[in-house]
Amino acid sequence: MSSREKKMTFGEAVKEAMAEEMRRDPMVVLIGEDVGPAAGVFKILVGLYDEFGPERVIDTPIAEAGFVGIGVGAALTGMRPIVEIMFGDFIALTMDQVVNQAAKLRYMSGGQAKVPLTIRATMGAGRSSAAQHSQSLHAWTSHIPGLKVAVPSTPADAKGLIKTAIRDDNPVIVYEDKMMYRLEGMVPEGDYTIPFGKADVKREGDDVTLIATSSMVHVALNAAETLAQQGISAEVVDPRTMVPLDREALVASVSKTGRAVIIDEGHRSFGVTAELASVIYEGAFDYLDAPIVRLGAMDVPVPFTKPLEDATIPTEKDVVEAVTGMMK
Amino acid sequence: MAVDKQLTLKMYRDMLRIRRFEEQIWNVYTLGLMHGLAHLYIGEEAVAVGVCSALRDDDYITSTHRGHGHCIAKGGKLDRMMAEVMGKVTGYCRGKGGSMHIADMSLGILGANGIVGGGFGIATGAALSAKYRKTDQVVACFFGDGGANQGIFFEVMNYAAIWGLPVIYVCENNQYGEYTAVNKVTAGKHIADRATPFGIPGRIVDGNDVIAVYGATAEAVKRARAGEGPSLIECETYRYRGHHVNDPGLAYRSKEEVEAWMKRDPIERLKGRMLAEGQAREADLSGIDEEVQKEVADAVESAKASPYPDVKEVSEHVFA
Repeated sequence: MSSREKKMTFGEAVKEAMAEEMRRDPMVVLIGEDVGPAAGVFKILVGLYDEFGPERVIDTPIAEAGFVGIGVGAALTGMRPIVEIMFGDFIALTMDQVVNQAAKLRYMSGGQAKVPLTIRATMGAGRSSAAQHSQSLHAWTSHIPGLKVAVPSTPADAKGLIKTAIRDDNPVIVYEDKMMYRLEGMVPEGDYTIPFGKADVKREGDDVTLIATSSMVHVALNAAETLAQQGISAEVVDPRTMVPLDREALVASVSKTGRAVIIDEGHRSFGVTAELASVIYEGAFDYLDAPIVRLGAMDVPVPFTKPLEDATIPTEKDVVEAVTGMMK
Repeated sequence: MAVDKQLTLKMYRDMLRIRRFEEQIWNVYTLGLMHGLAHLYIGEEAVAVGVCSALRDDDYITSTHRGHGHCIAKGGKLDRMMAEVMGKVTGYCRGKGGSMHIADMSLGILGANGIVGGGFGIATGAALSAKYRKTDQVVACFFGDGGANQGIFFEVMNYAAIWGLPVIYVCENNQYGEYTAVNKVTAGKHIADRATPFGIPGRIVDGNDVIAVYGATAEAVKRARAGEGPSLIECETYRYRGHHVNDPGLAYRSKEEVEAWMKRDPIERLKGRMLAEGQAREADLSGIDEEVQKEVADAVESAKASPYPDVKEVSEHVFA
């Protein structure tokens, strides 16, 4: 791990991870819609096309099933492609390739096949983009054996997890909350990777554990700051990868604090918060001083207009209220 | 086209290996020696053998749910295939895939596929990979008339055309997608015509004539290796048996239709041709059949004698 750090945005960290891996390994290519001269719709890919050219930064037609399937076939035959799903919602168009092909080929072939494919997809509401450009669908792919799933929350985690994803010999889906692309943070320079399945304690505390994913980590950190002013010490734990999941770290933290609030931007029902809550109930039930509180996106399609959209996403206020409620 | 005697004899032997293998699958099924179902390739042997005879050992194929023939034609080992169909640990996939998922990565067999049209993305990606890695490899993507109506077929033809990928889409038009006649559910005259709007050469061949299939494929392979891009070949053929081993295949097809196609049997036609042209004698060919029958019988015995995987293997191979 490098000791030098540089301030950069989340989007710059994503790009740096890819650029470094592309320099290191000629089998790494980026495939997706508008990833070339346009530098992506979120403009985070600036410079990649100039450095690596059209053979390695490959613009595709708007045909997601096709290019994800092509990524699977290329991965199966010696390459390490990164495919980009511009809006995570479009992963719905690729589900046969992701679920029935990429996730299954190794197992179905009795361990013969290797699919080192990285799928980068965005997630997250907050841009008034309405119901087909705002979903956080990471629970879907976390449900399928054979897929690894990363949900970075900081620029440093984005770099480290994406580099690990590209080097992994399995299909990995990295969900990037598009609301964080301009978020700044210190990022280790050079060859910085983060092992999958290692949660990160983003803030230490004693009274309650806030388990949060992706952009919800920042909601949790802000809430922890507010709670500190009220004399409540909150620990913020970021699992960083859904698959593999660092169950031990979640159980250890809640065993220490005795309380847990879980915050995730996926829909509340049948999702990440439910899974993480069951991990804690199974591993730390005897230590709990209060029922676990789950905060997820409301179970409605994401609405367009700002006042309605904002109402669907967990907020700092929701977290603070949940904690003060359980401390009574 | 002129094909030398050795290759012709090999094609004859490989078609027979497929036929006898599939006949044994039927026996194994009826004797209760396998779980689940299998989709037999009997009647379509000329397609797999004609195509794979035009490929190099390091070329790739993607296959379908009706994939035993493709696998054998590309060099798959009969004992490991039979063991896989029976769910044994000595099978290609250690019993985890079964009939619909046989793969041999070392032979470029990127897998049969249980999803109709499931090979389109993989084949096209393998072709991108071959082009990117500058290996000169080509990919043959087998699919059925049923797969020709999946949306991703049109997506990949577009990709292969714009990027000039070395892939040959081989449609086995066996006239029925599962239980439904192709002409009831497929617009246009020919599936091969679907290549035209993409600027891809599309041609129709007699899929029961192994030499014709071989010739058409050899031409497409030459194009692909020369960097001239993809091709689509529609092979008109027929499935003698039902959709799978438990389907008699007569509720939706007439006996007359089946019999008419059986008169165009691909193996008998090649045999007649070889005898007429003096490339082989009757005794040579029956000798080949005896050898093949023994090879298949040995595969069955070896598979029967093999153990099932230990239950602890259930959690292995989820991840690399």
